[in-house]
Amino acid sequence: MNRFIGFIKKEFYHILRDRRSLFILFGMPIVQVMLFGFAITNEINNVDIAILDHSKDVNTKEIINKIATSKYFSIKGFISHEDEIEPTFRKGKIKAVLNFEKNFSKNLVTQKKATVQILTDATDPNTANTISNYIGSILQNYQQELNQGLKLPYQIIPKTRMVFNPELKSVYMFVPGVMTIILMLVSAMMTSISITKEKELGTMEILLVSPLNPFQVIVGKVVPYILLSIINAVVIILLSIFVFKMPVQGSLFLLGAESTLFIINALSLGILISTVAATQQAAMMTSLMGLMLPVILLSGFIFPISSMPLPLQMISNIIPAKWFIIIIKGIMLKGVGLAYVWKETLILIGMTIFFIGLSVKKYKIRLE
Amino acid sequence: MSIILNNISKSYNKVKAVDDISFEVKPGELFGLIGPDGAGKTTLFRILTTLLIQDKGNATVAGYDVLKQYKDIRNHVGYMPGRFSLYQDLTVEENLNFFATIFGTTIAENYDLIKDIYVQIEPFKDRRAGKLSGGMKQKLALSCALIHKPKVLFLDEPTTGVDPVSRKEFWEMLKRLQQKDITILVSTPYMDEAELCDRIALITNGKILQINTPGAIIASFPKKIFKVRSFNTYKLIEDLRIYPDTHSAYPFGEYLHFTPKSEAFRPMDLTKYLEERQHKEIEVKETVATIEDTFMDLSKANE
Repeated sequence: MNRFIGFIKKEFYHILRDRRSLFILFGMPIVQVMLFGFAITNEINNVDIAILDHSKDVNTKEIINKIATSKYFSIKGFISHEDEIEPTFRKGKIKAVLNFEKNFSKNLVTQKKATVQILTDATDPNTANTISNYIGSILQNYQQELNQGLKLPYQIIPKTRMVFNPELKSVYMFVPGVMTIILMLVSAMMTSISITKEKELGTMEILLVSPLNPFQVIVGKVVPYILLSIINAVVIILLSIFVFKMPVQGSLFLLGAESTLFIINALSLGILISTVAATQQAAMMTSLMGLMLPVILLSGFIFPISSMPLPLQMISNIIPAKWFIIIIKGIMLKGVGLAYVWKETLILIGMTIFFIGLSVKKYKIRLE
Repeated sequence: MSIILNNISKSYNKVKAVDDISFEVKPGELFGLIGPDGAGKTTLFRILTTLLIQDKGNATVAGYDVLKQYKDIRNHVGYMPGRFSLYQDLTVEENLNFFATIFGTTIAENYDLIKDIYVQIEPFKDRRAGKLSGGMKQKLALSCALIHKPKVLFLDEPTTGVDPVSRKEFWEMLKRLQQKDITILVSTPYMDEAELCDRIALITNGKILQINTPGAIIASFPKKIFKVRSFNTYKLIEDLRIYPDTHSAYPFGEYLHFTPKSEAFRPMDLTKYLEERQHKEIEVKETVATIEDTFMDLSKANE
């Protein structure tokens, strides 16, 4: 047991003294979460729009006020003629123009209907789509308010409700994905590098000619990274709760347990890589190409699995990250318990056992 | 016997690194493997330290079979690879502590064994191992290999890349360790270090040329040997090689070592020959053979 503790102590010295790996360990999770949370996002905030108001009456003023006071839009100009619309878009700042028809109020009262045209800059189709949805819902809102006093028997209110993410907050989707990537990267890449480092520097030769058995070496290598990865998972969850106000609906304990399971799964993959790779560089490239890309592309983190071609859908099944993302989305966003994710959990456990078994079998007790 | 090798062979692809080698090392002996780079010394070490599996033959270390009882061997030997293989980002003391711990002992327990060596690097115990000088690195590596009081110590080219003063100190330390009942197998490409061993094996191209005490090996040198010098060494070696009575001629320090073919060789004849070829400051003197001379002679005969 002393031997084991001595080995772990040594591992901590390595990690804490290597600034580069320390940065990867703790800097990257924070940077990545912030990047995905703030920069790479589908939602809109303070979008600049312009108004073309042909009627300038009480109703259009009220609508403009409503839009101006929402945090999604800021009105950056009034234009007076249709011809100005295109030049306005060309300047690039304005993303949408609201075009109220002539006699807006009059039409509303007499014909019970009035038209406003929403023009959006569709060079970025996703944003354009979101903008028109947002404006649409503000108009809807206003229409409802108007109707409150009146007792119109036939009122059609189109109502869309976004389940689990009512505001279409993209950060809610990204956090589970980022967490998966980071845990995979830190756990698998760092362990595979740290084991191949011993091979490269020749210290593995001395470790082999010592009473330490393969199991002790592997577990000794892995334990520090389990601890560090758990810290990472906690940091990411805290960031998402306190910075992005993301609610964790399900049990924190279950979330922790599932994360630990995934960490161990990733570590066993790292060990497996290190049994094959001879140099640190090879280990890094294998981890990046063999793990990172599939995790990003095939796990359902960015591209929905259901819209992939069938062969890719089948391949996605062997990627542990896919199952982990299903699990943590369930726990964090839907608040489900183990009863709903036991199948995915079992798959992860099975994969972990398989990887560990394979690594122990492939671990060399000699140099060749 | 501390180490026994029977007909050990090992090939990499088709290159024979070790070819049918057998020898024995007695308990408490300081045994040297002497040979140039690529002779097969490191392969032999790795087979004995259970890192490689031999193709043919069998071997025991401290009474344990290298194949079947490799775990016992790993408990009872100290191994210092040819390349500096400690943790460069750990300090001197942390390295020593780590190796003591993984062998289930403490520095205090075996301090007397490493004391002579360790006191020399103790002033730098808080320095990272990667920042030590070559000589100090070797002393630390030796301390780490010794900290668990091994029965057999394997040192693969411990003095390569180390300055002459540190080399001398290192061999003095080995001599003292021998007094403490540790069998030492050491390899070196330096022939001058061979004379400090109890017995040596001359090895080249995976084959053993001779095994004996350094004295006996030198005494077995069959020919007379002369040291020759002149003003122009390069021309001298060319002229010596075409001299009809030359058996061998090769550089040796500031001289050339020359062995004649005939028993009846007289130094005067050679001096005269060289004078005819415009050599100046000619010196031809009989000298005593060294291990290197024997090695050159044996490997020449072997070719």
